[in-house]
Amino acid sequence: MTGTDQKQFRVVVVNAGVSDPSSTQLLADRLSLRVEAAAQQNGHTVETLHIGLRELLPELPGALASGYLGTKFTAAVEMLASADGVIATTPVYKAGLSGLFSSFFQVLDNDLLIAKPVLLGATAGTTRHALVVDEQMRSMFAFLRAMTAPTSVFAAGEDWQDTALSKRIDRAAQELTVLMESDVERRIRDTSWDSYKHELGSAASIAAGAKNDIDLDSDLMRLATGGTFGTPKA
Amino acid sequence: MQFGVFSVSDVTRDPVSGITPSEAERIDAIVKIAVHAEEVGLDVFAVGEHHNPPWFSSSPSTLLAHIAALTERIQLTTATTLITTNDPVRIAEEYAMLQHLARGRMDIMLGRGNTGPVYPWFGQDIRQGLPLALENYNLLHRLWREDVVDWEGHFRTPLQGFTSTPRPLDDVPPFVWHGSIRTPEIAEQAAFYGNGYFANNIFWPKEHYQQLIAFYRERYEHYGHGSAKQAIVGLGGQAYIANNSQDAKKEFRPYFSEAPVYGNGASMEDVERSTPLTVGSPQEVIDKTLTFREWAGDYQRQLFFIDHSGLPLSAVLTQLDLLGEKVVPVLRKELAALRDPETPDAPTHESLIKAKYGDAEPRQPRPNPNRGDNVTGGSPYQDSDEVFQANYPTL
Repeated sequence: MTGTDQKQFRVVVVNAGVSDPSSTQLLADRLSLRVEAAAQQNGHTVETLHIGLRELLPELPGALASGYLGTKFTAAVEMLASADGVIATTPVYKAGLSGLFSSFFQVLDNDLLIAKPVLLGATAGTTRHALVVDEQMRSMFAFLRAMTAPTSVFAAGEDWQDTALSKRIDRAAQELTVLMESDVERRIRDTSWDSYKHELGSAASIAAGAKNDIDLDSDLMRLATGGTFGTPKA
Repeated sequence: MQFGVFSVSDVTRDPVSGITPSEAERIDAIVKIAVHAEEVGLDVFAVGEHHNPPWFSSSPSTLLAHIAALTERIQLTTATTLITTNDPVRIAEEYAMLQHLARGRMDIMLGRGNTGPVYPWFGQDIRQGLPLALENYNLLHRLWREDVVDWEGHFRTPLQGFTSTPRPLDDVPPFVWHGSIRTPEIAEQAAFYGNGYFANNIFWPKEHYQQLIAFYRERYEHYGHGSAKQAIVGLGGQAYIANNSQDAKKEFRPYFSEAPVYGNGASMEDVERSTPLTVGSPQEVIDKTLTFREWAGDYQRQLFFIDHSGLPLSAVLTQLDLLGEKVVPVLRKELAALRDPETPDAPTHESLIKAKYGDAEPRQPRPNPNRGDNVTGGSPYQDSDEVFQANYPTL
């Protein structure tokens, strides 16, 4: 690819690994390096930003208890809003996503990630956890209406010594790159943004240019200005 | 510019003494708080409406009528009256009655409330919360302005030739504030009718409120009630004040830490940094409050939230003393100096009489005799305009 097809991508890595060194961090790094390589091979430039969810832990109680997002959470939301693609990685505990990981996404606006390309990765101690990434992670991102890459990458302890892991990482990285190249997020948002129900003042609607997203031509707005609603009660 | 306090009427365990006041004690306390708010020179006292423990205020118009009898000057209002689950006919009657008893010294703030289960308790459907609020206000607006109302809507039985009694004092309806923080339809309705718009301005960063206030102002102008600068805006705010910053923080922290809305969440310092909460000296409260007009524009009413989370009566009364002596006088002076000359004051009964009648005598409706069942007979009042004649149903 050459000339006008060259794009600048911003990839945001959201990682819930908490130990140091962390195999989840290692997976996140491998994925982001491969995404950079795949994009650069096609002539694009990539800026990669990292959100280490561990650093957000002090603000998590406020976010969970009263929906109050502190400064680090707010910065993370802004990063995600500006991302062309997201790499989301989490450790798996007791056959479930890390609580830190799921809590983070649970306090975000429902519409922040609409049509956003997302690559899913998870690590665990044993392969007994293998289905978590596709059964739990994928369903959470489906609820958020994100555009997840078809290949998710699960790495149990033993996978790190298997060349198959590298192949899956490469395939997943290629898929995320294709989703970003095809501009899927912008195209879906341009055609469908107004048909999702958005909360006024949400980070997502502000990122989408909030001021004009109040629809004055709706049944409820007509009711607000002295009109009638539905059919009168008999 | 009006300054006052608003209460949500929570009965909460005092985390310092360990004592949960009884409902009787809290109801007694709220009356003392309202009376003291007048004594220290505040302009407004507001109380909310709730229908489940731990809140006691299920009947704000009764409470405010009692306070009206014990006070002389302070403006009484709600924060908020539920426009969703109260029948608008009932609101029209109760608050017109309060307006008479308070000699016009009241207004009303309407909201949807924050407790989902309250809808079925009053026979309503929470899924219809917003359309209920909008339609009910449309009806309330007419009940206070037309002697005879013919009305059909979606949510309740039609009204045919209905007269809500008593008519508003001096035939001037109570001023209405619409409380909302995230619903453009409510801001639009406030703007359409030229009513006030109130943002509670507690718990959240200013960005949360800013957008709707700007929208309300723009639409107020669009509907021809005046310029955007002349729109009637009220704001909440939350403070705990002591003579010095350290004492305020030390005294308030246990209440903050166990407050139902904050407990075990973000730190007090973090919440102070990014929301309207100030825990500090009078000067710190003044400084923070002065920033509100920078993002909301010149506004007409500032209500502080100071009585909650188990704070004992003595602490609330001290807050009132500090507000009255050290905070509000400075804010009055500073805000008056900064204020755009175009910005009007908050409407009062007197200003609304003046706007309606000029120097003429206000109307005092006198009923015609023997109208009995509210659906028969001619005009209900001796001076009712012929245009108020009811169109009776043909049976």
